[in-house]
Amino acid sequence: MALALEIRGLHASVEGKEILKGVDLTVKTGEIHALMGPNGTGKSTLANVLMGHPSYQVSAGEILFKGKNLVELAPDERSRLGLFMAFQYPVSISGLSVANFLRTAINSRRKAADPEDKGIGVPEFRRVLKEKMDMLKMPHEFAGRYLNEGFSGGEKKRAEILQLATLEPEIAILDETDSGLDIDALRVVSEGVNALAGPKLGILIITHYQRILNYIKPHFVHVMLDGRIVESGGPDLAEHLEERGYGWVREMQEEKAAEVL
Amino acid sequence: MPSPTVIRTSRGVKTAAPSSFAFSQADVRRASQVLKEPNELAARRLRSWEAFQAGAMPTVKEEAWRRTDIRGLPADQMRLSPCDDLPLDPELRQPLAGGENAGLLVLRPGRETFSELDPRLRDLGVVFTDLATAVAQHTDILEAHLGRIVSDAEGWFAALAGSLAGDGVLVYVPDGTKLELPLHSILWSPGSSRGTFSRVLVIVGREASLTYVHEMASPTEAEGQALHAGIVEISVGDGGRLTFVELQNWGEHVWNFTHERAQVGRDGNLDWIFGAVGSHLTKNFSELDLIGEGSSGRMSGFYIAGGTQHFDHDTQQNHRAPNTTSDLLFKGALTERSRSVWQGMIYVAPGAQKTDGYQANRNLILSRQARADSIPGLEILADDVRCTHGATVGQLEEEPIFYLMSRGLPRLEAERLVVDGFFAPIMQRIPFEGVRERFARMIDGKLGR
Repeated sequence: MALALEIRGLHASVEGKEILKGVDLTVKTGEIHALMGPNGTGKSTLANVLMGHPSYQVSAGEILFKGKNLVELAPDERSRLGLFMAFQYPVSISGLSVANFLRTAINSRRKAADPEDKGIGVPEFRRVLKEKMDMLKMPHEFAGRYLNEGFSGGEKKRAEILQLATLEPEIAILDETDSGLDIDALRVVSEGVNALAGPKLGILIITHYQRILNYIKPHFVHVMLDGRIVESGGPDLAEHLEERGYGWVREMQEEKAAEVL
Repeated sequence: MPSPTVIRTSRGVKTAAPSSFAFSQADVRRASQVLKEPNELAARRLRSWEAFQAGAMPTVKEEAWRRTDIRGLPADQMRLSPCDDLPLDPELRQPLAGGENAGLLVLRPGRETFSELDPRLRDLGVVFTDLATAVAQHTDILEAHLGRIVSDAEGWFAALAGSLAGDGVLVYVPDGTKLELPLHSILWSPGSSRGTFSRVLVIVGREASLTYVHEMASPTEAEGQALHAGIVEISVGDGGRLTFVELQNWGEHVWNFTHERAQVGRDGNLDWIFGAVGSHLTKNFSELDLIGEGSSGRMSGFYIAGGTQHFDHDTQQNHRAPNTTSDLLFKGALTERSRSVWQGMIYVAPGAQKTDGYQANRNLILSRQARADSIPGLEILADDVRCTHGATVGQLEEEPIFYLMSRGLPRLEAERLVVDGFFAPIMQRIPFEGVRERFARMIDGKLGR
C-alpha cells in the first residue's frame, strides 16, 4: 500500500513574516509531483518547513506521515522516518569526507531502529557506495573528498542525489535541483532520479523552470503563488506554464476571485 | 602577610594580593642531593634559584601575560610532596605510535620510575632515561646541554623549574642513528597542593632520526589545586629529524607553566605536535629556532577547553638562517566558559633570506561564554622572504548542523562531525593512528560524548 505525506492547511513564517498561507498537498509513494511557481512564492520555504529548518515557524497546519505529525519532530527524526530533501544550496563541511558522512548517516538510521546495531560493515558499505556512485557516473575518488567542499554546482547536486540513493527515503523533496546545472549535469542528475523513482519512492520536485520536467516526467503539477497552491493538474499544466508564463496563472486567480465577488 | 582584599571584577572575585611560594634554598639543595648531582649541576640549580629569587610572579602588566591573570594561583599551598600513589591510567600506557614502542618511561614524582628500552638501542648508544639515571650515567650530556637551549633565567617559572626539577627525561640519539619505533614517556603526577617540576632534554644527533611522544597527565582532583612548571629543550643536529608529540593532559586543578624551545641545525627537520586538553590554566612558551641553513619545522597544535579552563600558547618561529621554512597551525575548540589565547610571532633575522614562514590559528567557539584571543605577529629583518599568517575565531553554525540532521544524524552527532571536521587538518598532520585515536578520545571526553 502506498504511503502518503499529507500537508494540511500549513502556515509558516520566517522572522515574523508569513510565507506559507495554507498549503494543502498530498504526495504518495510511487508518484512524482512538480511544484512550480515564480520566485518568492514560498516553494523553497515549503521544502525547508517539511524538513524542519529551525529558522521557520509553523503557526498552523499539519504534516502527516506514517501516522505522525512531522511538525513535532526534529529534522533528524523526520529523516529517519523516511523523508529526504535535496538542498538547493548544499552546505560544505570541511574535514568530513563523503564516505564517512554517508556511513555515519546510515548508521544513525540503523542505530535508531535498533540500539544494539553495530553499524554497517565496511565491505558492505563500500559495495553499496560504489554501486550508487556508478549509477550517478561519479568517479570513486569522490567518496574521499570533503562533503561539498570545492564541489562544482553539478557535483553538489549529484552528491545530493547520491545521498538520496544511499539513504533510500520514501518521500524525497528536490529543492531547485536543476538550478545552476548545465544541460549535461542536468541530464545525469535527472537520470539518477529516474533510476530511483518507482513504487517505493514519492518525489516532490520544486522548480522555477519547466526544463527539468523534460527529463523527469511528473504525474502531477502544482502551481504555487503567494504561499498557496493555486492550481493543480497533470503534466500538461507545466507545458501551459512554459508557453504562457506565470502571469497566466495570476490572471486566472484574479478572474476566480472576481467570480466569487 | 596582609590579609588579601577582595576586589570584584567583571569576571568574578579575585584576591588582590597573590600568595607566595613557600620553597626555600634548602629545597633546591635537597632536590640536587636526591639526584646526587655533581657540583656543576648543583651550582646551576642554585643560579636558577637566584634568578627565581630576583624575579617576581608575572603580572598582566607584562605583554606576554597580558591576557593570562595568575593572581588566583594559591602558590603558598604548593608542597614538594610525592605524587599520590595512584596507578597509571592504563590507557596512557598504550603505544601511541606505530603499534609498539622502542622504549617506555613512566615518571611518578617522588616514586619509582618505570623504565624500558630496547637493549639493541642501548647498544647503539641511545639514551632514554629519567633524570636520576641521567645524572648518574650521563653527566657529560647534561653538563653540555642542560640550560643551554632554555636559559633558566628566561622566565620566572623556568627559573623555578630549573631550581627544583626532580623529574625529567633525557633522550639522546647519537649521530647517524635512526630509530624506527618511537620512544614514549609519561609524567604521571596525581594529587593536589603539590608542585611538580620537570625538565625534558632531547638531543638528536647529526643525520639521526627519532619519534618521541611525551605526555603529562593526572586525574582531576575534586578539591585543592596543584602546579606544574616545566622546561623542554630540544636540539636537532644537522640533517637530523625529530617528530615530537606532546600531550598535555593534566587534571583540571593544575596550573601549568612551560618554557620550551627546539633548535634545528642545517637541513634538519622538526615535526612538533601539541595536544592540550588538561589543566586549570596553562601558559606555554614554545619556540622553534631554525639555526641551520635549510632547516625546517612544523608546529601543529590542537586544544580543546571546557569549564573555566584557560589555555595560553605563546609560539615563536625564529628564522635565524637562510632558506629556512616554518609552518604553524594551531586549532582549538572552546566550550562552556573556557578561554584561549594564542599569541604567535614569526621572526626573521637579518640575512635569513629565502625563508618561508607561515602561521595560522583557528578557533571554534562552542558556547556564548567561551572566548578566544588570537594574535599573530611578524617581525621581519630580511628582505627576500615570504611570511604569511591568518587567525580566525568562529562559531558552530546552524546551517551545517541542519544539513547533517536532515540526513538522520542526531544533533550531538552532527555537531561532533562538524567539530571533528574542524580538527581534521591537524589530525592529518599526525603520522600515527594511535595518537590520532587518543586525540579523538580526548575531544570526545571534552565534549561529553
